[in-house]
Amino acid sequence: MAFFLEALFGGLMAGMLYSLVALGFVLIFKASGVFNFAQGAMVLFAALAMARFSEWIPGWLGLEGRLIGNILAFIMAAALMFVLAWLIERLVLRHLVNQEGVTLLMATLGITYFLDGLGQTIFGSDIYQINVGMPKDPIFLFEGVFEGGVLINLEDVYAACIAALLVLMLSLFFQKTGTGRALRAVADDHQAAQSIGIPLNRIWVIVWFVAGITALVAGIIWGSKMGVQFSLTTVALRALPVIILGGLTSVPGAIIGGLIIGVGEKLSEVYLGPYVGGGIEIWFAYMLALVFLLFRPQGLFGEKIIDRV
Amino acid sequence: MFYRENGQFKTSYRNDQQIFPIAQDRWVILAIVAFAAIGVPLLADEYLFRAILIPFLILSLAAIGVNILVGYCGQISLGSGAFMAVGAYMAYNTYVRIEGMPLIPALLMGGFFATLVGVVFGIPSLRVKGLYLAVATLAAQFFCDWAFLRIGWFTNNTASGSVSVSNLSVMGWVINTPAEKYLFCLAFVVVFALLAKNLVRSAIGREWMAIRDMDVAAAVIGIRPMYAKLSAFAVSSFIIGVAGGLWGFIHLSSWEPAAFSIDRSFQLLFMVIIGGMGSIMGSFFGAAFIVVLPIFLNQFLPWAGSLVGLSVSTAAVSHTEFMIFGALIVWFLIVEPHGLAKLWSIAKQKLRIWPFPH
Amino acid sequence: MKLRSLVLAAAVATAALSSALVAPAAHAQAKEQFFPVLVYRTGAYAPNGVPFANGYIDYLKLTNERGGINGVKVSFEECETGYATDRGVECYERLKNANGGATVFQPLSTGITFALTEKAPIDKIPLITAGYGRSESADGGVFKWNFPLAGTYWVAADILIQHLAKKEGGFDKLKGKKIALVYHDSPFGKEPIPVLQERAAMHGFQLSLLPVTHPGVEQKATWLQIRRDRPDYVLNWGWGVMNSTALKEAQATGFPRDRMYGVWWAGAEPDVKDVGAGAAGYSAITMQHGAEPNSDVVKEILQKVHGKGMGTGPRDEVGQVLYMRGLISAMFAVEGVRAAQEKFGKGKVMTGEQARWGYENLNLTQAKLDSLGFKGVMRPISTSCTDHMGAAWARIHTWNGSKWEFSSDWYQADEQILKPMVRAAADKYAAEKKLTRRAPSDCQS
Repeated sequence: MAFFLEALFGGLMAGMLYSLVALGFVLIFKASGVFNFAQGAMVLFAALAMARFSEWIPGWLGLEGRLIGNILAFIMAAALMFVLAWLIERLVLRHLVNQEGVTLLMATLGITYFLDGLGQTIFGSDIYQINVGMPKDPIFLFEGVFEGGVLINLEDVYAACIAALLVLMLSLFFQKTGTGRALRAVADDHQAAQSIGIPLNRIWVIVWFVAGITALVAGIIWGSKMGVQFSLTTVALRALPVIILGGLTSVPGAIIGGLIIGVGEKLSEVYLGPYVGGGIEIWFAYMLALVFLLFRPQGLFGEKIIDRV
Repeated sequence: MFYRENGQFKTSYRNDQQIFPIAQDRWVILAIVAFAAIGVPLLADEYLFRAILIPFLILSLAAIGVNILVGYCGQISLGSGAFMAVGAYMAYNTYVRIEGMPLIPALLMGGFFATLVGVVFGIPSLRVKGLYLAVATLAAQFFCDWAFLRIGWFTNNTASGSVSVSNLSVMGWVINTPAEKYLFCLAFVVVFALLAKNLVRSAIGREWMAIRDMDVAAAVIGIRPMYAKLSAFAVSSFIIGVAGGLWGFIHLSSWEPAAFSIDRSFQLLFMVIIGGMGSIMGSFFGAAFIVVLPIFLNQFLPWAGSLVGLSVSTAAVSHTEFMIFGALIVWFLIVEPHGLAKLWSIAKQKLRIWPFPH
Repeated sequence: MKLRSLVLAAAVATAALSSALVAPAAHAQAKEQFFPVLVYRTGAYAPNGVPFANGYIDYLKLTNERGGINGVKVSFEECETGYATDRGVECYERLKNANGGATVFQPLSTGITFALTEKAPIDKIPLITAGYGRSESADGGVFKWNFPLAGTYWVAADILIQHLAKKEGGFDKLKGKKIALVYHDSPFGKEPIPVLQERAAMHGFQLSLLPVTHPGVEQKATWLQIRRDRPDYVLNWGWGVMNSTALKEAQATGFPRDRMYGVWWAGAEPDVKDVGAGAAGYSAITMQHGAEPNSDVVKEILQKVHGKGMGTGPRDEVGQVLYMRGLISAMFAVEGVRAAQEKFGKGKVMTGEQARWGYENLNLTQAKLDSLGFKGVMRPISTSCTDHMGAAWARIHTWNGSKWEFSSDWYQADEQILKPMVRAAADKYAAEKKLTRRAPSDCQS
């Protein structure tokens, strides 16, 4: 029983981390209709920026405290993501308006390759550390009730709280601010939004920037857990089943989908895995998403796909 | 002036329905195939065969398969690497487990099993569309990755999970030298390209294109979506499976599941998009672009660096390769979203009225 | 319009230029011994590939500073493989005839090794796979061109079990214990399983196998299972990012690091550096050498190579575990050529075939190793026609939070167990490939 709780909890936490990455996908798809395969590379790029800046800034400015250094590094990394968003809109998106989805998908794949190379050129290929003061050792609850206690990973709890906070802030941004309303309008219908005077280009820059910040937060959390290195791009592949299960256009879908996928993955690996030799996590997540898709082809919370003949 | 059709009249339906109705086209294609079969083995050296021509041929075969599914039928699939893996491993098992199995039937059996797997993983396409389908096909990719690592039967129960083949021969002709391997692959590619071209010009090909353009309208006029989509998956997987078998047997000779990972799937999709979706010729262009570009950059960048006095480390070359590759893909998509094949057809149009500008 | 025609022209020009640049020029008989260096400085395994590459190239530069191999200078060229098999094969094809012909290839990747094992015999170029590759390639009777010098994965697995038995107080005390193998889900990770299963049958301990999918950053479920099963020991068979992730997850689930033992590719600074104190107590087997900053050869390199500004990597990397691994692999390459020169002509450039003979008749005595600067680092290596491994010694070293320290005596792999397994596996390979075992007369060539 204790082990089941641990696995469940671990799955929920892992799911929250996947949702963080999935959020970036959903934001961009909602507002610009682009399936951004480069999200994984953006997570890596942002994490690399954060890791390296937090290393370099104390040296440049002669600082002592880690907190100031980290905050400055975060601001610099966010600024870098803004520049990146602006460049992507300017150089890529503007020229590919009205193209088919597949073309845009391929363009983002091209951006992925570009970011991979650029990130490693500027920041290096080693494993870098992000130290934001997350606790590394576990705590054990209910030691009286269950033998050995239930393992709770504090780092994961903090990560989940940060993710929840981010979602809350994003919801507030979308619902309460003018820019958020404009974003929702663009997500609804590009042409209608343009016809009432919403500047599409600026909105796209903002949306990619917000997705970039999401990627930065996701990168910091993942990077703090496992170190920042090239293989961080593979987390994007773990987040894809989350999106298709939750729906490409739904923020709550990303969260709920993440939780379902996270729990499904971990429980399947620890309970079904031993019977088939292990290592089934990744494809089980996809199969799970596929099963849900067969019942709801647009995902749990996605928009119903309407075909006109 | 040279590329004109006047004087070429068709006097039978058969002539009218040729793949290359213009005589100049026919001659040029025949010349290219003849050069490829006779001239290239005389002129090319071993490196060119092993590192460029053989991968180009095999990957263009796979790209034809992917093009049938993605370009002609409109079902985006990211599981092509898995189908190549199925083709390679089942061809291996057929070849090794059945005593005296000839090579070509083994490869075709690999394709056959890839067909079965492709149809099974194509079933979601009946319910799911577009980007959702693309991600759903990743299930095939990851499942096959896992299956070939875990299920010992596929790898003949070797401890390491890596398989190898050798002593390939076709009816007494031993395939040893790079030139012979090249000719073997060339034969497969020519035959399959011809079959694919005829298939997409036929009724089933038109059904696929109707499904691609407007699947609801296609269903309304009586095209059965299930039949069309699953047949696209079947044919495409067969071709990709045979290409996978060739990749393992001829190019690598010894492989592990990582040779058919998700990077391979993306690479094939790149080839199709860059080359031109919905075009058999485009598959060749795309494969050539993707195969040659990294090698070209690898040689060119240090040389260019030395011109300006920079010594470029291998890591820097690799990173720059990635960056240029990504930038070129984006640039091509901006300049010509319909791919290199569209550029080629524009060139042909210009040639028809040359030397006049319009 | 204009842009389109420009694009077309550019595409055609690119194609033409590429065919011109790609065809390699044929070189006349070279006066230098050419060593191609297959490296990965990018990708998921770069943190471990970079120090190895730097060590390898630094040793080649040192050889030139020492006067070459009996006067013959060494030339080398790097080729980036990114740990991908098809890129490794492309590098092989490009470099095998370059600069007078490649002497030997060291792929540093089990996947590339498998692919090149098929091609190398045809091209007559030997492969050195020091500490990796197929374990059965130690049998030179079947694998004429493969040289897993100084150790294979079966040796590593065997010695790890010996060490655990010693810790417990004897092989009989292993009965009933639980040992978990956390391994990279690839041919590299699966290599030790036969030996571990053999030993489990012999001594009665329970072996559980936990694969980790490439690249190994997702191990939460694996370590949850370990927490449930509570094995006595965990063997870590990973490479690259998988190692530091394993240690982080071990810390996160509270598994004592001092009960974790890694293979010699999972026991270096990049694996533990960013876990730091959290990895203290983690041990790994070493392929004879560990981190050797005080060895004579390191001092010589700092003086003769880095001192002259020719160092390939950062100075503080010299002497680290993987740097030494690269150094020693290069040393094997060079010494084999030197041994070949004894037979085929001192001061002449050796072909691949001649170098192969050299690797098969490598006799590095302790005196020789000491003179090369490896005193206290390496034990004697002596290969023969049937034994391409040459030595089966290893030690254990432990990370104390800031550096690696040796924590055991020398162990030797149990030939009684391994030899029959190697022979059986080699025979199976030979039967599959329809090869015949080499005749004794072939050994003299």
